Amino acid sequence: MNKVLEVKNLRMNFGGLSAIDTFNLDVSDGEIVAVIGPNGAGKTTLFNCITGLYTASSGDILISPPDKKTKSIIGFKPNIITESGLARTFQNIRLFSNMTVLENVMIGRHCRLNSGIIGAIFRPKTTVNEEEQVVQDSYDILEKIGLEKYVNEFAKNLPYGAQRRLEIARALATDPFLLLLDEPAAGMNMQETKELDDLILKIRDEEKISILLIEHDMSLVMSLSDRIIVMDYGKNIAQGNPAEIKRNTDVIKAYLGETFA
Amino acid sequence: MKLFTISEIKKSFFIALWFMFLTFPIMVIRVNTVENEIKWRWENMLFIGLGSFFLSIIWRYTIEKKEAGEKKSETGKSAEISFFQQVVETPRFYVPATIVTGIFALVFPFIFSIYQTNIMITTLIYVMIALGLNIVVGLAGLLDLGYVAFYAVGAYSYALLNHHYGIGFWTALPIGAATAFTFGILLGFPVLRLRGDYLAIVTLGFGEIIRLVLENWNEFSFGPSGIDKISRPGLFGIELSLHGNIIYTYYLMIGLTLFTIFVVNRLKDSRIGRAWIALREDETACQAMGIDNTKTKLTAFALGATWAGIGGVVFAAKTTFINPASFTIWESIIILCIVVLGGMGSILGVILGAFILILLPEYLRAFSEFRMLIFGAALVIMMVFRPGGVISEVRKTYKFKK
Repeated sequence: MNKVLEVKNLRMNFGGLSAIDTFNLDVSDGEIVAVIGPNGAGKTTLFNCITGLYTASSGDILISPPDKKTKSIIGFKPNIITESGLARTFQNIRLFSNMTVLENVMIGRHCRLNSGIIGAIFRPKTTVNEEEQVVQDSYDILEKIGLEKYVNEFAKNLPYGAQRRLEIARALATDPFLLLLDEPAAGMNMQETKELDDLILKIRDEEKISILLIEHDMSLVMSLSDRIIVMDYGKNIAQGNPAEIKRNTDVIKAYLGETFA
Repeated sequence: MKLFTISEIKKSFFIALWFMFLTFPIMVIRVNTVENEIKWRWENMLFIGLGSFFLSIIWRYTIEKKEAGEKKSETGKSAEISFFQQVVETPRFYVPATIVTGIFALVFPFIFSIYQTNIMITTLIYVMIALGLNIVVGLAGLLDLGYVAFYAVGAYSYALLNHHYGIGFWTALPIGAATAFTFGILLGFPVLRLRGDYLAIVTLGFGEIIRLVLENWNEFSFGPSGIDKISRPGLFGIELSLHGNIIYTYYLMIGLTLFTIFVVNRLKDSRIGRAWIALREDETACQAMGIDNTKTKLTAFALGATWAGIGGVVFAAKTTFINPASFTIWESIIILCIVVLGGMGSILGVILGAFILILLPEYLRAFSEFRMLIFGAALVIMMVFRPGGVISEVRKTYKFKK
């Protein structure tokens, strides 16, 4: 299988602190890869580097969108990276709270639309059609995620679990080939986590989107991922399938603890 | 809340006592230095005591009522919707209201004096530029304290073009708008990376720079003495009396205001409008969702500035004389107050805000000494009880076939 994302020898220094140290990672087409590790290991920094919020100090990040050539995305602005097909969610929910649920998803469609100022003012046929299309598309995405009953609610009024799902819906609206989920199950109860598990599998299987996720909920990680990468102090200390990771002594020492193994 | 429980009365009593003590030196004692005697005005103390006693009761009562309302809206959907909000949302109310307002606006200059019409023109200019600032502050969430600079740019483009080349109002209108648009982009570039307070300071500086340049560059802008004898708006070359021209300007402003409302309303629910709001809500998430922050900010600045430019041209044509004193920081603050008090992001709110803030000081001239005090108190009370503005922003809802 071809690799959709390749991170090569990535380094990220903040002043004297090296948050990520010669890190390597790859995600194959249709794969679910989990990044785990103790707090402060550099997982979110890694996501920020990949999605362009931070510019890596050195190393390379390559993406291969379907039917397109492999290209480096180092130094690209976040919006360009999203446009090339990488979408993300945030660890601390970052929805547009005073916009409706539907509008949140519509923002995700933004980079796939074209109408400009003139179009907005004069509303020619193309703009009207485009608007109708985006409303319908966004609604379809909400239906898929199971949020259609909240469609006209303000995002801030949604229950916590629904807000997390809305973040995923918004990311899906950008038409990604790789979805980066930063702790999607944080703060969810058992039932919600189970639903999330199903949802992520559904996204992978039906939408053909590869997934890279950070998660602390080990039951979710173990049941979901094809491959797990363990990070500690910015370094890759182990990788393998869930069974291998559970047995790995380094991982047990650094993160999982004796009881889990 | 029980209004007259012992504890409530006790609280108010102590507040009254405290106020009496605080105001004692200024309200009670009056030293007459000529006759070397002190006049004790004990009756003032009584008034202050009674006043603060009852005001404190009313104040606490309304605060409590407001908090009860907030709690209600958190728990259920049966939140109390304000009277204004209701009027805006039910067609049974707003259709007749619009018709009545429309007719009133049309016959206004024939019922009221020329003085009133002039005030109304000023108010409409403020409505227009406040709607422009609403794009920048209300929708895109970029706190711009130097907005009046663009107003000045518009006014001076017309004044200078008219003075040097005799260019008429209608030609100058698009030129003024385009110049302000360009200045909007020019200001936009250096502030792209700034947020919140930093942005406010830089825009404040920009506003002052424009004013100081106009004040000191005598060869270009004629300095503090300003430019006079600017032509009034023309009507296909027909000569109008002063009276006729004011009425003409009035209708012109009605037209321009309607045009502004039309455009801003369309922008608000468009792809660009949504991007502005997303930018206001969360800049990082907005960019991570594929929106070009640079472009979005620049369009907001430039489009906001355009309306200020148009407003400036009309202002110059209406007053026929401009000088830098018309474009001080105070104007920026007033326009910002209109947007915030009216309701950020809400078009109707901003229009009402402009009417309140421009007409209130105008009609309070009777209480000239206190009018700024009343004005300030109105702002404070407004922000305590309705922080979202007179009319808060309403988002478009969509219906779907199930």
